[in-house]
Amino acid sequence: MSDERKLSYGQAFNEAVSQMMEADPDVFCAGEDIGAFGGVFGTFLGLQAKFGEHRVVDTPISEQAIVGLGVGASVTGLRPIVDLMFMDFICVALDQIVNQAAKLKYMFGGEASLPMTITTAGGGGLSAAAQHSQSLEALLCHIPGLKVVMPSNPYDMKGLMISCIKDNNPPVMIKHKRLLGMSAVVPTEAYEIPLGKGNVLRPGTDVTIVAYARMANEALIAATELAKEGIECEIIDPRTLQPLDTDLIVDSAKKTNRVVVVHEAVRFGGLGGEIASQIQELAFDYLDAPVTRIGAPFSPVPFSPALEQHYIPDAKTILTGVREIMQRNVIRG
Amino acid sequence: MEISTTKQFDLHRRMVRIRLFEEAAGRLAEANRLPGFLHLYVGEEAVASGVCGALNDDDHITSTHRGHGHLVAKGGDFNRMMAELMGKATGYCKGKGGSMHISDTSLGMLGANGIVGAGSPIAVGAAFANRYRGRGQVAVAFFGDGSTNIGAFHEAANMACALHLPIVFACENNEYGEFTPRHKTMAITDIVDRAAGYGMPGVIVDGMDVIAVHEAAVEAVERARPGGGPSLIEAKTYRYYNHHGIQNLGLKYRPDEEVAAWKQRDPIFTFEDRMIENGVATREKVDEIWAELKQDIETAIQFADDSPYPTPDQIMVDVYTKSSTSSTSSTTVGTKS
Repeated sequence: MSDERKLSYGQAFNEAVSQMMEADPDVFCAGEDIGAFGGVFGTFLGLQAKFGEHRVVDTPISEQAIVGLGVGASVTGLRPIVDLMFMDFICVALDQIVNQAAKLKYMFGGEASLPMTITTAGGGGLSAAAQHSQSLEALLCHIPGLKVVMPSNPYDMKGLMISCIKDNNPPVMIKHKRLLGMSAVVPTEAYEIPLGKGNVLRPGTDVTIVAYARMANEALIAATELAKEGIECEIIDPRTLQPLDTDLIVDSAKKTNRVVVVHEAVRFGGLGGEIASQIQELAFDYLDAPVTRIGAPFSPVPFSPALEQHYIPDAKTILTGVREIMQRNVIRG
Repeated sequence: MEISTTKQFDLHRRMVRIRLFEEAAGRLAEANRLPGFLHLYVGEEAVASGVCGALNDDDHITSTHRGHGHLVAKGGDFNRMMAELMGKATGYCKGKGGSMHISDTSLGMLGANGIVGAGSPIAVGAAFANRYRGRGQVAVAFFGDGSTNIGAFHEAANMACALHLPIVFACENNEYGEFTPRHKTMAITDIVDRAAGYGMPGVIVDGMDVIAVHEAAVEAVERARPGGGPSLIEAKTYRYYNHHGIQNLGLKYRPDEEVAAWKQRDPIFTFEDRMIENGVATREKVDEIWAELKQDIETAIQFADDSPYPTPDQIMVDVYTKSSTSSTSSTTVGTKS
C-alpha cells in the first residue's frame, strides 16, 4: 500500500534530498553536523552513509563560508544544498545570502545562475529563546533574487523541496521545527510543487485566512471550531512567500470579503503587511472589513514556556481574530 | 625556475594591458565620463598578471572591488570592460554591474566584488566544485590586506584547509585598507603569518616583481592542482592612485616620498629593463607592444562610446533565472512594476 505510506515532515525533506541526489550527481549537501550525525534535527539522517562524505559534507561552524561554498559551487555548475542549522544563523551569513547569492546573476548581466538551495529551520515553540526561534522570512522576501519557501505539511515539504533543488535560483527552504514530527501520506515517487503556487487548504465562504508553515495548521484547528459557529473559513497556504501567489489570495478575498493573515513572525514589518497591502490594492472594493494581521508581539522570542505560549499565535488567537472580523459590518453604498 | 621567453612576453603583455586600461579608465573618470566608483589597479599589475599567468583558462578566480586588473589578466575583453564601466548595454554585465561587479564567468572570473572579503568564500565554493568534478581545475582568491581582518576571510581560509581544497589565496598587500595604514588595523606586519593558523603554507613575494609572483603562483598551483591543498601568497605591492579614483580628495594619507619610492620600483618598467638587459626583448619590441595595445584601448573607448545604454525594460530582466522545471517568476502585483 505505497499510496498510504506516511512520512514525517522531516522524513519528507530527507526523501526529497535523497531522490534528487540519486537523480543528479551535481547535487551535494554541506552544513554543520549533517554528515554522520544527520543534522541536529535529523533531517539529513542516513544521507552521508548512502552518498559518501564527498557529497554530504560536514563543515566548520562557519555560516558565511557555508553559503559562500554554495555560491561558488553553484556559479561554477554544481547544485548545492547548504544547510544553516537554525534560521537565526542566516544573520551570520547575510552578506553571502543578500549581497552575493541573491545578486550575482543580476550584477553579472545574467551571465550566471545559482542553482543552490539554502535550507534552515525556523520558528518557535521549543523554549529555544531569542536566538534559536525566530521567523525571519520577511527579511528574505525583501531581497530580489531570493525565493522563500515555508511548507506546512509533509506532502508539501517533499514537493517543494524537490522544486527548490531543481530551481536555478537560490531558494531558502525554511523547515518549521515544530512540524518536523508531523506525519502524513507522502507519495514515494519524486514530484514537484511549483514555487509560487499557493494552496487552498480548506475551502470556505465567509472569511479567508492566509497562513503558512505551522500557522496554517493552527488555522485548520481554528476553522474546525469556527465551523461549529457557522463560520466557514477558507484557508490559503501560500507555501512560497517569494514569489507570492497573490492571485490566489486576492481571488479568495474577493469571494469571502474578509481576510485574516497569520504568521508567527512579529507583526510589525511582517509578511502580513505586504499581503494586506496587496489585497487592498487589488480587491479594496470587495472588502467588508480591514484586513486583520495576526503575528507575534514586537519583542524578541521569550524563553520561558509561560511567556512563549502567549507570544506565538495559535488556534485560539486565530479564533479571536476571525470572530472579531466577522463582527465588523460595512454598509455598502 | 626557468621562465620561457614566451611566458615573459605573456606576463608583460598582461601587465601592460592592465596599465593601459586603468590609466584610460582614470582619465575618463577625471573627465566625468564614468559613473560610479572606480578603484584602479595601477601599481599592482605584477600580482594579477603573475598569478593568472600560472592558471589555465578553465581555472577560477574571485576578485575584489579593485577588480579590473584581475579580469584583464584572465583575458578580459577591453571593449566589453570599457562599455561596462560606462554603463552600456554591450558591457560585460549589460550595464547592471559596473566597475565593482565586472565579471566573465566564461573566463572563470567570478566577479569583482563590492564587499571586502566576500570573494574568498566564493572561491572556496569554486574550489570545492573543481575537486568534486575532478577535472583538475584550481581556484584563486584574490584579496587585499584589509580583507584579512574580516570574518569571511577567516571562515574561507579555515574551511579551505579543513576540506583540503585546490585553492590559492593570493593577497595583494598594498599596505592600506582604503585610507588607513595596515599597521593601525592589525598587530602583525606580514599577512602570511595568518596562513600557519589555518594549517597552510604561505610565502611572501615582491609584488612589484612579476617573475617572483609568477614563480610563487606556479608552485602554489602545482601544489593545489593534484590535491596538495591550499596555500597563501602574500605579494607586497602598492597602488599608485587613491582608494577610488585618482585624486586624494585633498587629504594626504600617504607621504609623497612613499608613493615616489614605490613608483621607482614600477612592476612594468623594471621588468622591461630586465627583459632588455637579459636580451629577451628590445626597446623597439617593447614600444611596439605598447603601441599595439594602446590602439586596443582607443578602439574600446570608441566601442563603449558608440554603444547604447540599456533600456528601462531591462531593469526586471535577469533578477531570476528561469527555472528548469517550472515557469516561476517574481509575482509583482498592484502597480505591476
